[in-house]
Amino acid sequence: MSVTTQAASRAAQTEAAPERELRPPSYWPFVVPALVVVLAIIIFPWLFTIWMSLSEWKVGSPTTFVGLANYLRLPNDPRFVEAVGHTIVYTALSVLLPLIFGTLAAVVFHQKFPARGFLRGVFIMPMMATPVAIALVWTMMFHPQLGVLNYLLSLVGLPPQLWVFNPGTVIPSLVLVETWQWTPLVMLIVLGGLAAIPIEPYESAEIDGANFWQMFRYITLPLITPFLFIAGMIRMIDAVKSFDIIFAITQGGPGSASETINLYLYSVAFVYYDLGYGSAIAVVFFILIVILAAVLLYLRQRTAWTEIGGGA
Amino acid sequence: MSPRQILGKVGLWLAVFVIVSPAILFFLWMASLSLKFEVDNAAYPPVFIPENFAWKNYADVLASNRFLTYFVNSLIVTGTATMLAMLIGVPAGYGIARMAAHKSAVVILIARITPGLSYLIPLFLLFQWLGLLGTLAPQIIIHLVVTVPIVIWIMIGYFETTPLELEEAALIDGATRWQVFRHVALPIARPGLAVAFILAVIFSWNNFVFGIVLAGRETRTLPVAVYNMISFDQLSWGPLAAAALIVTFPVLLLTVLAQRQIVAGLTAGAVKGG
Repeated sequence: MSVTTQAASRAAQTEAAPERELRPPSYWPFVVPALVVVLAIIIFPWLFTIWMSLSEWKVGSPTTFVGLANYLRLPNDPRFVEAVGHTIVYTALSVLLPLIFGTLAAVVFHQKFPARGFLRGVFIMPMMATPVAIALVWTMMFHPQLGVLNYLLSLVGLPPQLWVFNPGTVIPSLVLVETWQWTPLVMLIVLGGLAAIPIEPYESAEIDGANFWQMFRYITLPLITPFLFIAGMIRMIDAVKSFDIIFAITQGGPGSASETINLYLYSVAFVYYDLGYGSAIAVVFFILIVILAAVLLYLRQRTAWTEIGGGA
Repeated sequence: MSPRQILGKVGLWLAVFVIVSPAILFFLWMASLSLKFEVDNAAYPPVFIPENFAWKNYADVLASNRFLTYFVNSLIVTGTATMLAMLIGVPAGYGIARMAAHKSAVVILIARITPGLSYLIPLFLLFQWLGLLGTLAPQIIIHLVVTVPIVIWIMIGYFETTPLELEEAALIDGATRWQVFRHVALPIARPGLAVAFILAVIFSWNNFVFGIVLAGRETRTLPVAVYNMISFDQLSWGPLAAAALIVTFPVLLLTVLAQRQIVAGLTAGAVKGG
């Protein structure tokens, strides 16, 4: 377990990078233009959103200050509560499945084989491709009569599905697209983790007669755990706010069966133009993401500690 | 080679094949859809390679006036937003790296976490108030939300790893900080510039959510244009798939050609826009 301990303490060191005290003011001119832009397009919108969330603000009618009324509407809004549920299910599946497949893919891409660079480029194409363009093709593939997916199911003797046209299967179907699209990102992060593992533990394990699975379970997995957490966190943040794929394929339908918080936010703000309430949803949504990220960070620190404890 | 080694090789290639095939098969199917006449696209069992290729689908898409307009819109929005982000973000990344102002990266983290829609509500009102709706300006400005953080984030990483000795020598010789940046730091960081540029272009080109709210009929970018084609042409799959492939083809080409830079950039910051 000493290797695990080393890796954990090394991870802890890189996290707490020492800050230099010297701050020569002459570098400020380099930063000022970016500071102005960031203030204008990132900080200002945030402050304005918070202020708007405290007002009754509909396009075309006068604005009135209403305090926390918009926030108090949220728990009593069945569509919002339902959207939170959809978001949790969608996110949980869209973190878990890419983590599993991405780790397996990383183990394969960690081996040496010809044309590895080119094939890695092909493998990451789904995450780089224009989301709306691929959503359109998936929509055709999901088509119950003419879609190729039902044909593929029939080849292996499975009954045809309604995919995104059935409220019961719409979220798993969208998760299928999300997994296909974002497994490559997990693969890249885990691949970076695998590259950092020293070869010695494998050599001694081989001498001791360990098989491939044992080596993966007891050497590889503990050592890449920090990277799995990073991948999981990034995946969580992206899955929670996933928009393009869901919007282009189902618009939150059928009915509101695949309406996540982000899609509901879009409807409130830009279909009903209820900007005050929309801002309140945006603020709550952001806080939710920050809390989820914080929980993951906390868990990561906890596991780092137990690994050190286990080694002692 | 021993039988065991051969078995290992076969197993490895099998694993590679299984892992890469979802991506390859999807894009091949996309190409197949785009090259078939409606008869073949509606056939059951599905036709993979048609007898007659419908190159006409591509010709139709490219020949329509609007598509050219939207293509130019996309070029203007992505081009301007990326150039501005490079002009602003590269010096900023340099300044932050040299001042070791790591805490300022929190702002970039916030930008990374925030859903794109939350920027849209206040900025939409601002653009309306400024009378900018109906022009490309709002989209160019809001695409900076995607491009500027990517460029700053990647450049901080690159400038932190470039050696300081050369810069210090130049300063002692009497060069100004700007000259040092322009003639010493920038040339060394050229690979970083390429990474930042490529990722900013891709994530701006792909962006959909900003356009769907801010674009009017004349100011649509390609992803929004393709989305609108879905709602109007639900049944003509050939031209639709052709349009989708045309929109995403530049990105796919860039991904395969510059996969080394893209992988470096994504694993360094694990950034994604919007």
